[in-house]
Amino acid sequence: MAEFLFEIGLEEMPARMIAGAQAELQKRVVAMLRRENLLSMEDEERAVSFSTPRRLAVFVPGVFGKQSDSYAKVLGPAVKIAYKDGVPGPAADAFARKNGVAVSELKVESTPKGDYLVAETAHKGRGAVDVIAEEMPKELAGIYWAKNMVWRAGRPERFVRPVRWLLAMLGELVVPVNFGGFTAGKTTRGHRVLAGDAVVPLGFPDEYEQTLLNANVIADVEVRRQRIRKALDRVCRTIPDTRWREDHALVDKLTHLTEWPTVIAGGFEREYLTLPEEILVTVMRDHQSYFSVECTNGELAPHFLAVLNTETNAAGEAVIRHGNERVLRARFNDARFFWEFDQRVPLVERVNLLENVTFQKELGSYATKTDRVLAVAERIATMLASRGCVLDGAALVQAAKMAKTDLTTELVKEFTELQGQVGGMYARAQGFSAAVSDAIYDQYLPKSMEDSVPRTTEGAVLALGDKVDTIVGMFGLGLEPTGSKDPFALRRAANGIVKILAEGETALPLTLGDVVDAASASEAVRLKVEVFFAERLEFYLREVKGQAYDVVKAVLAAGANDVRDAVARAEAVSAVRGSQDFAAVSAAFKRMKNILAQAAEKGFATGAGVDDGLLSDLAEKALAERSADVAGQVKSLSERKDYREALDAVATLRAPVDAFFDAVMVMAPGPEVRANRLALLDRVLKDFSGIADFSEIVTAG
Amino acid sequence: MHAIAEKKKALTFQELLFQLQKFWADRGCVLQQPYDVEVGAGTMSPDTFLRVLGPKPVRIAYAQPSRRPADGRYGENPNRLFRHTQLQVILKPPPERIQEMYLESLEAIGIDLREHDIKFEEDNWEWPVGGAWGVGWQVMLDGLEITQFTYFQQCGGMDLDPICGEITYGLERIAGFLQDVDSIYDIVWAVEPDTGRKVTYGEIRLPEEEQYSSYGFDYAEVDKLWEHLRLYEAECLTLLGRAKEMFGGKSDADEVGVRRFPVLGAYELALKCSHVFNLLDARGAISVTERVGVMARIRTLVIGVAKAYVAQGEKLAGYTKVVA
Repeated sequence: MAEFLFEIGLEEMPARMIAGAQAELQKRVVAMLRRENLLSMEDEERAVSFSTPRRLAVFVPGVFGKQSDSYAKVLGPAVKIAYKDGVPGPAADAFARKNGVAVSELKVESTPKGDYLVAETAHKGRGAVDVIAEEMPKELAGIYWAKNMVWRAGRPERFVRPVRWLLAMLGELVVPVNFGGFTAGKTTRGHRVLAGDAVVPLGFPDEYEQTLLNANVIADVEVRRQRIRKALDRVCRTIPDTRWREDHALVDKLTHLTEWPTVIAGGFEREYLTLPEEILVTVMRDHQSYFSVECTNGELAPHFLAVLNTETNAAGEAVIRHGNERVLRARFNDARFFWEFDQRVPLVERVNLLENVTFQKELGSYATKTDRVLAVAERIATMLASRGCVLDGAALVQAAKMAKTDLTTELVKEFTELQGQVGGMYARAQGFSAAVSDAIYDQYLPKSMEDSVPRTTEGAVLALGDKVDTIVGMFGLGLEPTGSKDPFALRRAANGIVKILAEGETALPLTLGDVVDAASASEAVRLKVEVFFAERLEFYLREVKGQAYDVVKAVLAAGANDVRDAVARAEAVSAVRGSQDFAAVSAAFKRMKNILAQAAEKGFATGAGVDDGLLSDLAEKALAERSADVAGQVKSLSERKDYREALDAVATLRAPVDAFFDAVMVMAPGPEVRANRLALLDRVLKDFSGIADFSEIVTAG
Repeated sequence: MHAIAEKKKALTFQELLFQLQKFWADRGCVLQQPYDVEVGAGTMSPDTFLRVLGPKPVRIAYAQPSRRPADGRYGENPNRLFRHTQLQVILKPPPERIQEMYLESLEAIGIDLREHDIKFEEDNWEWPVGGAWGVGWQVMLDGLEITQFTYFQQCGGMDLDPICGEITYGLERIAGFLQDVDSIYDIVWAVEPDTGRKVTYGEIRLPEEEQYSSYGFDYAEVDKLWEHLRLYEAECLTLLGRAKEMFGGKSDADEVGVRRFPVLGAYELALKCSHVFNLLDARGAISVTERVGVMARIRTLVIGVAKAYVAQGEKLAGYTKVVA
């Protein structure tokens, strides 16, 4: 057994694609070795892989030097079918071909059922070097890249970037894998600048990490990531009373952009701190890949941390720091220029410019979108006001009118990710109240399920209006999401609506239906959007709230319109579903539902109401009384949203329900008694289906 | 203090251009002069856009003034220009060590890589109007994007074989970096050898930035621009129509006629349209609804030219074969 090492050297891969490719290469190599009988199942787990911007590598110990010999005997068609008059027919040909032997080599075996053809194949195990050299190119060619390229004349292969070298070793042996115009050898390359251009020879596969380390390359991704984190901590300590702002995505990006990371601290002039923090942070993170630094009170400090892909002395660091500071200063100057330039035309004067900004071809410009969103927001505001919700209507109208004007600013053209926020900041700077500016600022929230919702009621209403207008408009054009396709991010918009209704700091007395109603839609679109919203609520309860499938189904069967109420009901049902009493009652409800369904099938009438005079059995009298009693309790508890207590009350029905089913035959021969019993069951089910359809709850056994 | 020491030996703007031209000339590039029709980027010069088409190898380098009317800032912004200068290097097919060659070119302009942080970050390039795209990197030097490095994959909607490597240096950026100045206008363009006087970028170019910005944003006559666009487009379409006839399989045009057919003239007309479009855009005269339509019109021209260029080459290759 030997250790196998493979490395493909490339021109710098896109950082975002490296982790996926590394995992896929490891998976493919292990699967190939297993398929070729060159690796035991136990040794699969011992494979490890590496990556840097310039290389992907995989190391597998325990690879067999050769495949073992094998022998196989395959039974084929009956001789009388395969041969006609002693001449082999198509069946014999096909069987021989399938097994890779000549027809003349086929043998005959006698069985109790007659004579059959037999193919015997002896497979001589091949050497691992040959097998791997043959199989590896196919695995490389199969790796998925989000975007790939051709580079050689004749366009013989597609890969993420041009190949620069290959290394493939089985123990000391070279495995001559061919790919991208190279044949693998036993040499790798070090860091571009620190180790220079010369090839780096490798003696044995297990020397890979150490050899690269000597050539200023940390091949292990997690080691690199930890080195970056530690260096960030260490360098940040040189700036008193500060800490760097955690940013996992940025750490990850820089891990995949470096082979030999080090960190330097830089600074910028305090005067830039007068610019909004959002802009400074966006410039540093998105445009420069710098980490922001904050003071202990959480305010932004005039410093940044940059991750380098090199290591140099103090003089070199000074040059690099100076260069990075210079770039950042230019970027900040640019942002400040835009910030000041944009304010020469205040937002109110930009409203008309929206006529020139298209929202969607058929839905018109952002000016018409603004009109629609304003109307929707006003309708929602009217509903809220009539339900006693406090809201600054004038601020909402002002915010809705100016909401999209920041799309005409240079700052948003430069920093598209700050749309909305920029408008909010300009509104604040131009003297509008916090109610107006915060609403504009928060209008796109939440952008994901992890994001926060608008801070104010005005912001929430504006966000709801914007999102529902987009959804209704797109559905009206038949552009609803299908399968994995959702080009207009309508699911995200609808998820946002659900999240705002569920999580807003002040509970808005609004249902999903109210939100749809506020956007004028045709009846057909309305119905589609309602179904769409119900799906999004289901998604929210399951994925965000972590509710079980059956609980969600049960709860939504009792109503999918009031988001907060659905969340409360789901949480209450989840809390009690483990109790034996509740499980028994759920099972009994399912039984009642089945009985009523059977009765309907057989054409048995159900009484219009429960006639106490017709209740004969003690158990049915007890159930009627007890359930009426509990129904009253559940009703008042539910009105107070004490769903947990309401469900506890429901669970107390277990004894009378069990007794009823033990003693009473619902399908009594007498039609009057039967109809009355069916009416009782019907009443019980209806009385207790307001919180959830308990018959949907999956009970053990 | 280190920066000051550095500054002394930093190249002037014109020395930077000399050095890079010398570097690439030494590596087999033909030095071409800037193209004399307005373009938005060095890529749009026929020395790139048309030469990358077809099988013929090319090594060429040229500085290209590139006009982007919407980026004009009346000379007020220290980092943005209506017209900036790109140094464009085209290597078709790309040599295997093209990245190493590029890094050597940085050394040649005085950048000691051991004292700097260099990263190749993914940045793909696309010019939808030209049916052209490629993959590559923005090269970051101490956090500054100094070069766009692209492997062309398609041009004029056609797959390229062989592909080409394109290296585009942002000369103002690099000069500002080398000289450590905060404003483009403070870049030293040249030092007068007799007096030692420094001639700055601002001295040479500021009036252009001021006046072209005014023209683009305030003075350009919108209806006249539309008229220019229409005229250039009409003439280009006529030429493309005749090209189609002449290069078609059934055409019996003679070799000289084919060789002299002005595909290059048609391309200039298409470039004129592109520039007029950019002016209209800067002027705020193109509504978004119109925008898509006008871009489609220009795309028809540019891609039509690319196809005609390839067809002309193939037609001419046919004559050579007959002779042989």
